[in-house]
Amino acid sequence: MTPLSVNGKPMQVDADADTPLLWALRDHLDMTGTKFGCGMSLCGACTVHVDGKPVRSCVTPLSAVIGRRVSTIEAIGATRAGKAVQAAWVAENVPQCGYCQSGQVMSATALLASNQNPSDAQIDAAMSGNICRCATYPRIRAAIKRAAKALA
Amino acid sequence: MITNISRRNFIKAGGALVLAVHFGETKAQFSSLAFSPNAFVRIDSTGIVTVTVKHLEMGQGTYTGLPTLVAEELDADWSQMRVEPAPADAKRYNNLFWGEAQGTGGSSSLPNSYEQLRQAGAAARAMLVGAAAERWGVPASEITVSKGVLEHPKSKRKARFGELAAAASTQLVPQSPKLKEPKDFVYIGKASPTRTDARAKSNGAAIFTQDLKLPGMLTAVVLHPPRFGAKLNSFDAAKARAIKGVEGVVPFSTPVTTGVAVLAKDYWTAKKGRDALTAEWDESGAFRLGSAELMAEYKRLAVTPGAVARKDGDPERALRGAARTLEAAFEFPYLAHAAMEPMNCVVSLGAGTCEVWTGEQFQTIDQMQVASLLDLKPEQVKLNMLFAGGSFGRRANPKSDFLLEAAAIARAIHGAAPVKLVWGREDDMRAGFYRPMYYHALEAGLDAQGVITAWRHTIVGQSILAGTAFEPMMVKNGVDATSVEGASNLPYAIPNLAVELHSPKVGVPVQWWRSVGSTHTAYATEVFIDELARAANKDPVQLRLALLGKHARHRGVLELAAKQAGWGKPLGKDRARGVAVHESFGTFVAQVVEVSRRKEGIKIDRVVCAVDCGVAVNPQIVAMQMESGIGYGLSAALSGAITLKEGLVEQSNFHDYAVLRMNQAPRIEVHIVPSKEKPSGVGEPATPVIAPALANALLALEGKPMRALPLTVQGVTFA
Repeated sequence: MTPLSVNGKPMQVDADADTPLLWALRDHLDMTGTKFGCGMSLCGACTVHVDGKPVRSCVTPLSAVIGRRVSTIEAIGATRAGKAVQAAWVAENVPQCGYCQSGQVMSATALLASNQNPSDAQIDAAMSGNICRCATYPRIRAAIKRAAKALA
Repeated sequence: MITNISRRNFIKAGGALVLAVHFGETKAQFSSLAFSPNAFVRIDSTGIVTVTVKHLEMGQGTYTGLPTLVAEELDADWSQMRVEPAPADAKRYNNLFWGEAQGTGGSSSLPNSYEQLRQAGAAARAMLVGAAAERWGVPASEITVSKGVLEHPKSKRKARFGELAAAASTQLVPQSPKLKEPKDFVYIGKASPTRTDARAKSNGAAIFTQDLKLPGMLTAVVLHPPRFGAKLNSFDAAKARAIKGVEGVVPFSTPVTTGVAVLAKDYWTAKKGRDALTAEWDESGAFRLGSAELMAEYKRLAVTPGAVARKDGDPERALRGAARTLEAAFEFPYLAHAAMEPMNCVVSLGAGTCEVWTGEQFQTIDQMQVASLLDLKPEQVKLNMLFAGGSFGRRANPKSDFLLEAAAIARAIHGAAPVKLVWGREDDMRAGFYRPMYYHALEAGLDAQGVITAWRHTIVGQSILAGTAFEPMMVKNGVDATSVEGASNLPYAIPNLAVELHSPKVGVPVQWWRSVGSTHTAYATEVFIDELARAANKDPVQLRLALLGKHARHRGVLELAAKQAGWGKPLGKDRARGVAVHESFGTFVAQVVEVSRRKEGIKIDRVVCAVDCGVAVNPQIVAMQMESGIGYGLSAALSGAITLKEGLVEQSNFHDYAVLRMNQAPRIEVHIVPSKEKPSGVGEPATPVIAPALANALLALEGKPMRALPLTVQGVTFA
């Protein structure tokens, strides 16, 4: 058993400590909002927050998050930035297939939590690790700016 | 992808709609439950309107566009609309363009549903109005409906849909309900309702195949052979079985794939097991060539006579008599679809039953093939359609590859548990079913005034349709329609024109990829036209307009894109524009790309896109699909390539199969041509236009034609 703190709740996961956080969330804790896309930290679909920072859960072993705060898409709407980001995502009609969007929302929320008025270059830097094959990038950019305004 | 096979079927099915009533067993049941005038619309006593959608939602917006059609004719409020996926049932839920087959593809979801779902909504509205007229004792003609409220203004009576649902269910279903005049539309072309799936796809709640969990379910991770066409000789499962949590190791074989599956309660354990497997493969029948050898063979074929896809006039003679001739050859690699959700499928077997859950583009074909594999009847295979995390054609596999694999693994464990087949990214990228590799050779003749008098176009590449259920319908006289579409229907007025095709048989599995034949034909034709314009010292837009005489819709998008982009206005040093125009799936798209030369490389500053898709039912979704198609096409244009060496696929994941990311995504402006034509699809047609428009911008900037994709392989660096 590996002890975790996910979305503010203590949890026990019956998995080896080398198991990636992604699979503990999805297969052991039945929290499937965090997605599997590449398994190599290349696409960002699995992005969660660890102590508020965006982390690719597909390459983060459980051993690395013991005693740290894990937040996922399931609860990010309870934060001020996460709520604004999700509202902006709907208002800008961002999602298409939607599979990458949990990761996009988590990366965007982490950006806005630390920078409430990001420039285009800062958006590029924060978001270019998240692939969207539907190429919703223009709307993601617009939604981040909309959320920034709402948070200002 | 698939054109309108039978217009007659469309009319027949359209007329049969209102007869395809499926009231429940008794009226009493409906008095307390729901009102369901046809196979597409259900209204419950709380007023929720549920639209049964027969098409897969894979991002293209069908779960929004289709209920919009019902809401329009029903005069419902958008907030009361809900969506549910249709079951596999080719009789009720066939694609009206495909005869008696259910499926999603060819940018046909909205076009084939346009009248069907409007009729479904109109029928429900008429029955609600009839029920209100009876209840209130007033003429039906005096009742108005707006935003989900029926009203009799004279007597000031009002009722919501839910209050009348039970009474409406006793009304006769109208045979041919009157549809609205376009001037009366509230939603179509106007309101652009928010996507029905936007919220669930922003908070992690949307359920994809990857997310499905059934009681007792096992996850299967597979070892495929390293080369296409190899067979399993033997395998050693000892190390895999020794891993704690591995519950089974089974070989499997289908008509399409073969391999060994490791089963466990969770993916990570199964993957560790798979990685611990060793296997011996029989590669005697395997494909062992590389991309370079294939391309050399294609070049050799291109100078021999091919199957004739089109011949106007006498191109050979016209070329001989031309004042000057130009030649160009273009090379295109294999492309992976690389949807964000790697392919997967859940299968649960019972006694004489099979239940399947997946993102499902080809219900009827998949149902038949799974049934055939398992020795069941098609109706014993129940398909459940889930959201697809992208597809771009991949989940419309005519050979049902990953579905059969999941079914074979479930059978190999004798149905002991439901099986979720999960491919990793590497499995997905190396499984084949790529957009084929192609070689195009073109030659044109110009007269002394620079007028194009002759055009000869030879295409070499695998047939996508060969060996599929579509072959008898869509391969004629040796010409696979999907190999030449976009080339054989070249819209330019050139009196002497020939298009020929070679379809070599190669052991690499191929499949349609967003916009299919146009992915390569649009590039070869539109880049060559720019090269000819340059040779004749003519403006690329003016030359096209002059050649597009009777093609008003091509001209319309071209003129609109040129105008909005400021075509002809000077851009200054180190900047240039390029243009391309192309029709696919009955939709016309023109794009103008602006590029600049920067220190870090070429920057794509702006894309102006004009589209004519007939009536734009949801203009915002039209814009989203143009943006998406441009981004998808850009990935291929910049860096997309699957290459083989000695039969091994050289790419495996997003580090060596690079795709477009935020930092390279250009600004996109979409302009829609106002139209009264019937709607045509928008999921694919933006994709093929961006690469030639970009290449033409590079030609204008650098003076060098771009004769192969991806452009980075040509030595172009992008900022």
